[in-house]
Amino acid sequence: MSDLLFTRRGLVTAASAAAAGAATLPLLGGAAQAAADPLTLLNVSYDPTRELYKEINAAYAAYWKGKTGQSITINQSHGGSGKQARSVIDGLQADVVTLALAADIDEIAARARLLPANWQSRLPDNSTPYTSTIIFLVRKGNPWKIRDWPDLIKPGVGVVTPNPKTSGGARWSYLAAYAYGLKKGGEPAARDYITKLFKNVPVLDTGARGSTTTFAQRHIGDVLLSWENEAFLTIDEFGPNFEIVYPSSSILAEPPVALVDKNVDRHKTRTLAEGYLNFLYSPIAQDIVGKHHFRPRNAQAAAKYAASLKQIPLVTIDNTFGGWKKAQATHFADGGVFDQIYKPS
Amino acid sequence: MTAQTVPSQAGAGGARRSRPSLWRERSILPGFGLSMGVTLAYLGLIVVLPLTALALRPWELGLGGVLRTLAEPRVAAALGLSFSLSAYAALLNAPLGTLIAWVLVRYEFPGRRLLDALVDLPFALPTAVAGIALTAIYAPNGPLGAIFAKVGLKTAYSPLGIFIALVFIGLPFVVRALEPVMQDLDREVEEAAQTLGASDLQRVAHVILPTLAPALISGVTMAFARAVGEYGSVVFIAGNMPLKTEIAPLLIVIKLEQFNYAAAAAIGLAMVVISFGALILINTVQLLIARRGRR
Repeated sequence: MSDLLFTRRGLVTAASAAAAGAATLPLLGGAAQAAADPLTLLNVSYDPTRELYKEINAAYAAYWKGKTGQSITINQSHGGSGKQARSVIDGLQADVVTLALAADIDEIAARARLLPANWQSRLPDNSTPYTSTIIFLVRKGNPWKIRDWPDLIKPGVGVVTPNPKTSGGARWSYLAAYAYGLKKGGEPAARDYITKLFKNVPVLDTGARGSTTTFAQRHIGDVLLSWENEAFLTIDEFGPNFEIVYPSSSILAEPPVALVDKNVDRHKTRTLAEGYLNFLYSPIAQDIVGKHHFRPRNAQAAAKYAASLKQIPLVTIDNTFGGWKKAQATHFADGGVFDQIYKPS
Repeated sequence: MTAQTVPSQAGAGGARRSRPSLWRERSILPGFGLSMGVTLAYLGLIVVLPLTALALRPWELGLGGVLRTLAEPRVAAALGLSFSLSAYAALLNAPLGTLIAWVLVRYEFPGRRLLDALVDLPFALPTAVAGIALTAIYAPNGPLGAIFAKVGLKTAYSPLGIFIALVFIGLPFVVRALEPVMQDLDREVEEAAQTLGASDLQRVAHVILPTLAPALISGVTMAFARAVGEYGSVVFIAGNMPLKTEIAPLLIVIKLEQFNYAAAAAIGLAMVVISFGALILINTVQLLIARRGRR
């Protein structure tokens, strides 16, 4: 009998193990209701903003205390942008979302209807209080002489970038590369270029931080396509082992922020949350933004950090790709341009 | 266990034994109703309910959509990779796990308990930590990866790396399944075989291994099942290249990232079905072996 018992357990283990991957499905609907404490905010953000929001949150708490005398707590949640959006759709009680790309907030609006579809027009500058771009990080001395996009498709060069399907930053990287191809020779050239580029990618991590680790600590590849702020962070951390290379052009990455209306109404935190988002545009927050190697919108702060953040021509998602909805459907949906790169040979 | 006198011819339905009732385990202890009720409720809630939800989800694509999803080259490649590497890893753990269990059970040496505790570590370690640690060691600049790289073997970021991670997480299942059975092994039977002139090899082949076989198969099965669903440790070491080193659980996550819940569930369901089929096959084999052992 004992052996039978064992196998039955085996069956159950197996079934649950196989299901584990899919277990994150929102099987049971909404999540636990957060306690309705009006003095708590939850900011659901993407990966590379951890340090940025830590400082901004402290600044906002101090500002709010000075204005109203109330002490507040701001909680942060970080992770891959798409995963974070899915958590909010599945019931994570975010008061504000600050994600890597508009498409992810669009999904929250479309699928869970937690905020109106026109959310992006509610705040200045496309609801993006700071911008960033995609640049190259190379090893010390730049042994492969990587100066610009064409150098990335030379035979033998290893390019590290995360999977655009799972990483918001990687989608910006992909589009920056594609935009270079478009400029060079339109659609066919762009497809050819992006295919050759991804043929040089030896490892596809699921997120930006994972790729940075693969490149910096595992010594895989010769160039990392990186968020600008992430590249500077790597230099701060690993010092002279790496060099930053600005390509001749890149993309204006606009990581947007938005109020999650249904959640703030439920938590009665609308004033606090709106104040928080507006605060992001204030001179204090804009200075913190620049300090963390993001590009401030505020002219004064931008001027202060202009020395380190090089000005290069940046294409925009709206002008070059017709907005996120279109870019997402053309390039990253199942069977899109990105999938076609990985056709079996 | 059961009646010994039934002259069963293995296979052809000859093994039908008279059962007093389909439902009740013959026992003088009361409480069958209650314990059975709790069992069904618990299993229903913890296992059947989520699996049912999983099984219902893909069909919004329609049968054609589900089949199309599973026929995508990437999905097929990922499923093939996950199941084949899990099987290889479990098969490697079979002889090595047996050896380790044997050493831990049969010999007395300083540090035996420590070694015994070490076996559980892959159970206890968060899988992500295991994955990061393995990657650090097997990356081309890691201590072991560098040695393999010298002989031209790519470990991390190749199927071999996935295999290593799956061997790592599977080992405790084999060892822990075998240990209690080995402890119960009757030494007198071995000694009897020896006095009857059996060589060492014969004793292993005809006395020890047949007794261990059911437990060994259980252990290997569990290691296999666990490996199929393993995500955390593998994504770090795999390299995650579509068609080459992309495992099925990662593809599920990728589908979810695209908000394609139905396709994710379709892959998940396919994994459950394949796992279930494999396990039923293994159980049948095990049953046959156990029956043969009893004759």
